[in-house]
Amino acid sequence: MLVSRKQAPSLKRQLWVAFLVVPPIVFMSLFVVYPILSAFAYAFYDWQGLARGEFVGLKNFKEVLFGATMAPVVWNAFLHNVYALVALMIIQNGGGFLLAWLLYKEPFGFRFHRIAVFVPVVLSTIIVGFLWKLFLNPNFGIINQALYSLGLDSWAKPWLGDSSTALGALILANAWHFVGFPTLVYLAGMQRIPSEIIEAARLDGTNEWQLLKNIVWPLVAPSTTILFTLLFIGAFNWFEIPYVMVGLDGSPFGTTDVLGLVFYRTAFGNQSASIQNFGMGSALATLLFLFIVVFASMLTLWLRRREIQF
Amino acid sequence: MKLTRRILMGAAAGSLLLSSGAAMAQQTELTFWSWRQEDRAFYQDTIKKFQEKNPGITVKFETYAPENYQTILSTALAAGRGPDVIQVRAYGNLETIATPGYLLALDQQNVPELANFPEASLAAETLRADGKVYAVPFAMQAQLVVYNKKIFADNGVTPPKTWDELMTLAQALKAKNITPFANGTATAWQNETIVGGLLSSMLGKEFEADIVSGKANFTDPRFVTALTKLKDVSQYFSPNFTGVDYPSSQQLFVAGRAAMFAGGSYEVANFKNQNPTLDLGVFPAPVLKAGDQHLIATYYDGGYAVNAKSEKKDAALKFVRYLATPEYGTAFTNTLKNLSPIKGIKIEDAITQEVAKLAENSMSYLMLVRFRYQEPSGSVLLQSNVQKMLAGQQTPEQAAAEINKGIATYYKPFQK
Repeated sequence: MLVSRKQAPSLKRQLWVAFLVVPPIVFMSLFVVYPILSAFAYAFYDWQGLARGEFVGLKNFKEVLFGATMAPVVWNAFLHNVYALVALMIIQNGGGFLLAWLLYKEPFGFRFHRIAVFVPVVLSTIIVGFLWKLFLNPNFGIINQALYSLGLDSWAKPWLGDSSTALGALILANAWHFVGFPTLVYLAGMQRIPSEIIEAARLDGTNEWQLLKNIVWPLVAPSTTILFTLLFIGAFNWFEIPYVMVGLDGSPFGTTDVLGLVFYRTAFGNQSASIQNFGMGSALATLLFLFIVVFASMLTLWLRRREIQF
Repeated sequence: MKLTRRILMGAAAGSLLLSSGAAMAQQTELTFWSWRQEDRAFYQDTIKKFQEKNPGITVKFETYAPENYQTILSTALAAGRGPDVIQVRAYGNLETIATPGYLLALDQQNVPELANFPEASLAAETLRADGKVYAVPFAMQAQLVVYNKKIFADNGVTPPKTWDELMTLAQALKAKNITPFANGTATAWQNETIVGGLLSSMLGKEFEADIVSGKANFTDPRFVTALTKLKDVSQYFSPNFTGVDYPSSQQLFVAGRAAMFAGGSYEVANFKNQNPTLDLGVFPAPVLKAGDQHLIATYYDGGYAVNAKSEKKDAALKFVRYLATPEYGTAFTNTLKNLSPIKGIKIEDAITQEVAKLAENSMSYLMLVRFRYQEPSGSVLLQSNVQKMLAGQQTPEQAAAEINKGIATYYKPFQK
């Protein structure tokens, strides 16, 4: 036997391992695994308010994906999640990469800027959302005020009330909030690159763009893997900023609706407009969870493959 | 020796505890849940009065944030717990809690005071499936127009009777650089209150009856015309109104920078709290042509219910019966400036009196009262489609057709 070749671990050691392992497993099962499984089970029942009715099989799932009432709302929201993902990938992660490069080169006052870039990440999302809502207020927000004082009156808009700008405004507010995080992760990634490599490239006469594209970008691939995966998960679970800035309805007329808001409205009802349906809410949550798990895993596998050892 | 003394003392202390325990047992403690944190002082006062009349019953008042209340309450009820007396909402929201049998049915046997309530208020707390009443209604709300009397007087204008008068008045105010309506449409549900406050007289009671019977649907000319008029008057809303949310529009009115606010009667107390110097009045939605009936849109907020699983039902019923007395209704109305539906109350506040008088001619706050039972709810449809129409992204005809299409998916009278 395998164990007999080595010394069998003593009972004391086994107890010690169990003592360390059991509490987190119990905690995880109770507060993570059990809720996920029960939400999964809820999705198969008809609900009368919060009282479980009869078993209805896949009806709730069908309703969420193809139902005449629910499906258009769900797909509309899904599309907005996709927009948010693509836009944040470029603005938040891309912006973070460029900011990290600037900080890496240690310009004047870089210590201050390194902290300044990260400060918004520490703020509560509620505060950030509220702040941006004030900035974007059409009549006394600083953004329109600034445009007026620059004489750009025609650029001023009711940002959050205009269906062509509302989602974009939410995405920018989110990017402002979180850009410090990719910056920090990329900066750490860049600092891990052995300086000989960059010096060698410089001696060979590469320009800034070639350096970034051919040396730095491939070598920070592990950071990219983490950031892209986290953003993917975050973009499909997006809730706080839209909730604070445009409310549960995805105002105006559903143009900022995202799956998180749809889920909340469906499961818990919207005080001023709708009623709660736990079964459908659970079905949506389950589908969203499966979607994220499957695609996030695929994304991670693909991103891992492009990482280079050095 | 020392030991026996200790034992004796211990026994004495124990028996003291036991006897005080017995005295406690005669005290029934009720728990009472509400989402009205801001009314805590009033409810504590009510409880004090009730306890003076009913020694032996104490009531513990607990509140939860309004946005989470329904969730917390339904979770507690589903687990077989929850308070003895529950402040509940009305219509569709009531049904989610009443349908699973969490609430005790009330009738004139266990709550004789129900005889003192108008029919419509009881209907708001009735489960459609069994026709039983599940809560004692507490407040009537109305959608109408609140106006700043000082701005009206300074500009020599009076509340308009007809729609044309309203348009002329709004034009006159705008010419003087006063925002006629503080309203904005960025907060979805504000679109529904605006429709209730401004269009009720144009829609009319007959329209409501026709919708109920299925003689007309939402593509009816009366509805489309009213929406067209709303689109016209929206030029007099707050500047950039599509981006103005509920709090901003309230602030505009409270600061005295706008003359009117189309919305709920509940705004009045709120406005006054924020700016006590405001001199306010109310008027009903203007009529299309002189001679038509002026209407406001009314609905009932919610009620007080008894937990069907409570072990202290008798005491809970006593408390709920107290909350159904004219004495309580008078205190409620005068303290909270919200109109209690109980007959025979004495109203002190002039505006509340005015609202009570206007309520004699009213139609239902249509989508909440009749179409908030199934998805897509009439409120969701009205809110988003009016918002879209006022943003200039669809015509009144398209908005009406969209609303109708959504409701027709489940509303039998429209499917003929």
